[in-house]
Amino acid sequence: MEAALGLLRRMPPKQSETALSALLSLIPQHSSDLLSQVDLPLQVLRDIESGKDFILCEYNRDADSYRSPWSNKYLPPLEDALYPSSELRKLEVEANDIFAIYRDQYYEGGISSVYMWEDDNEGFVACFLIKKDGSKSGHGRRGCLEEGAWDAIHVIQVGPEEEEMAHYCLTSTIMLSLATDDESSGKFGLSGSIRRQMKMDLAVAEGHLCNMGRMIEELEGKLRNSLDQVYFGKTREMVCTLRPPAELVQRRLPDT
Amino acid sequence: MAGEEDELPEETELSYDQKKEIAKWFLLNAPAGEINYVAKDLKAVLSDEEVYNEAAMEAFPVYNKSHMICLEMPSRDGDVIVSSYSEIAENEYIDPRTAQVAIVDHVKQICTKVRPANDEELPSLYIEEYRNALDAEIQRYVSESYPKGISAVNCVKGKDTEGPGSDFEFVVIITAMRLSPQNFCSGSWRSVWNIDFQDESQVLDIKGKLQVGAHYFEEGNVELDAKKDFQDSTIFQSADDCAIAIANIIRHHETEYLAALEVAYSKLPDNTFKDLRRKLPVTRTLFPWQNTLQFSLTREVEKELGLGK
Repeated sequence: MEAALGLLRRMPPKQSETALSALLSLIPQHSSDLLSQVDLPLQVLRDIESGKDFILCEYNRDADSYRSPWSNKYLPPLEDALYPSSELRKLEVEANDIFAIYRDQYYEGGISSVYMWEDDNEGFVACFLIKKDGSKSGHGRRGCLEEGAWDAIHVIQVGPEEEEMAHYCLTSTIMLSLATDDESSGKFGLSGSIRRQMKMDLAVAEGHLCNMGRMIEELEGKLRNSLDQVYFGKTREMVCTLRPPAELVQRRLPDT
Repeated sequence: MAGEEDELPEETELSYDQKKEIAKWFLLNAPAGEINYVAKDLKAVLSDEEVYNEAAMEAFPVYNKSHMICLEMPSRDGDVIVSSYSEIAENEYIDPRTAQVAIVDHVKQICTKVRPANDEELPSLYIEEYRNALDAEIQRYVSESYPKGISAVNCVKGKDTEGPGSDFEFVVIITAMRLSPQNFCSGSWRSVWNIDFQDESQVLDIKGKLQVGAHYFEEGNVELDAKKDFQDSTIFQSADDCAIAIANIIRHHETEYLAALEVAYSKLPDNTFKDLRRKLPVTRTLFPWQNTLQFSLTREVEKELGLGK
């Protein structure tokens, strides 16, 4: 299993789907472990009834059907399917609406979905998802990208309320890939994924949504910066190590 | 989870060949310099020596040639570059600079021995004059510009040409690799320049392909994949003059490309990345989670009035 994860870390991020299915066929006995530890780019389905897209993931799946957060119905329709309680569903609806605005503010487009369900510890789990296509042909406002995909998965476990406080554990995964193609720099592509966790004990006075929202915003911001400065920065450093820019190289005087 | 146990997929045993193809896929997709780490993990996942060995025998040569790995020659004359341009036979690669042929073990990635190249494997004196001059100029450029670069010039067409009157073609390879496992980082630079000496037009047609890759994988996995094609030309002159002209052209394009890469990187945080996710909303403040009702009302009004961002 360690080795399988090691392999996944080294394969090109854009091939993670192929790598995962290859591993699933080699070691099917570990499939549930692999599937829970590895995230793949998100798929989307259209909920015709409400006219909106929703994101597919393990957390809104039952058998081969997926539950739309807009209509709360499974597509394709499913008998005896699982649903969140009506109270949780109310929170889920509110979360979807607010998260859509958050998404609009930061992503200027894209698709979002939130799913909630009760867990065994008298708390609940919420999954906030965002999928953005930032390419020229997608929702990229500035037209910089030939290709641009951002998938964010935030799974937050909320513990039972005790003395007006609750424990929140957030695990966020960002997967992204971007590519530009222009005259001077040719084909330039960066892709990757990172995952981090954040735990907090917060007062429930302003409501769970507020607390979860703030944590997600904070962690998403941190991950974005980390990807940009640390991760991409390291690759840039590596290029400069392989071939330092001209200014840093001692120039030999030309022979005549 | 939605609450149900996942059903295990139906156990269809993979065939020997299927396993082998999968194993080869993993090996071939290893980032530069990391194939041995991939091999180790792969062996553990496969737990089948036979499949691994056969996959390795087939995958390593392809990987080694496409990454143009450099192997130290036991004769202590430097490194030989393993590439399709220097391949004489499946395990034999010529080093034109020292006129030796290296016998290599692809899977172990070492040069086991060398032998002198025979006359059929070497170019004619006329060609060698050009090749050698170019090789020297390229070496000089590489030693100036690449801390750990290695280069080679191979004649891939017309190597038996005795004198002026025919076309011939060289391939210049420049490769540099860095592996830093303790820093979870690796990178590679590969330049391949085709120099086509055209006798009739007395012109050298130059085509270059640069490929840069970098991989950083500390608590995450990020990869750079950049490439660019180049085209240039110069006039057919004496061996020394050609060498200098070609090296200058290569130096010029590669330096410019590096600068362009730097520009692409510097545009990332504020431009390119923004098309994916902004650092902050247009309001320049964090999202008002507690005031969202107000926010959505504003948004409705904005929409109705047709006010865009």
